Amino acid sequence: MTRPTKIEVNCTTGEQTIIELTDEEIAQMEIDRAAAEAERTAREAEAEAKAAAKASALAKLAALGLTEDELATL
Amino acid sequence: MANTYVAIQTVTVGSGGSSTIGFTSIPATYTDLHLLLSLRTTGVGSSVGSIGQITFNSTTSGYSLKDVYGQSGGEGSGAFTFATTYIPTGRDDNATQTASTFSNCSVYITNYANTNNKSVFLDAVNESNSATAHSMAFMSALWSNSATINAITITSGDGNYVQYSSATLYGIKNS
Repeated sequence: MTRPTKIEVNCTTGEQTIIELTDEEIAQMEIDRAAAEAERTAREAEAEAKAAAKASALAKLAALGLTEDELATL
Repeated sequence: MANTYVAIQTVTVGSGGSSTIGFTSIPATYTDLHLLLSLRTTGVGSSVGSIGQITFNSTTSGYSLKDVYGQSGGEGSGAFTFATTYIPTGRDDNATQTASTFSNCSVYITNYANTNNKSVFLDAVNESNSATAHSMAFMSALWSNSATINAITITSGDGNYVQYSSATLYGIKNS
């Protein structure tokens, strides 16, 4: 399997190098990816909960007699 | 006329992809730095894009953020304040989004060469060519560190940066 790489440019000399990541860097990358996945899951759960609460609130307001036009202003 | 806006270096990712883009040995001869990013990753972890990570001098501490974030019709603030070990790139386009689209991110770093803590302004747009899906982020970031910034690293938060992803570092002079 191809090892992940990083590209570095030396801003003083202009030299660009492609370097294979160390084991430590690869391990950190895996940790970061897991954190990104956890963050995504939390964010999507939060968005779903918020959408459900909004739908519930709108349904309750409609039951009180608000029209669709009135609900659309909220 | 003084040449006050200088492209120091550009890095464009090759066909093999790369997980990280780095600028090293940045000259301390400018007043400010401006980093422009055009990024796309192979990640699939999030339908709204991957969160790339910007660090200075290979240091993963001392970062704090204030941000406003909008995503596909929703808006919020403080969405990225969980990040303390890096400055987020906002959302990088990833493999869940329309092929060949790239996110844009502008990072302005003031007084990078002096001995004060470093203030950063960042704005980013993640685009998918979808009729509904997109995201944006505005951030002010603080790197509580008095060291001169001599290296900047941009690391993909999910997968590798794909071919043609690019980063250009500009130096700003005051005269």
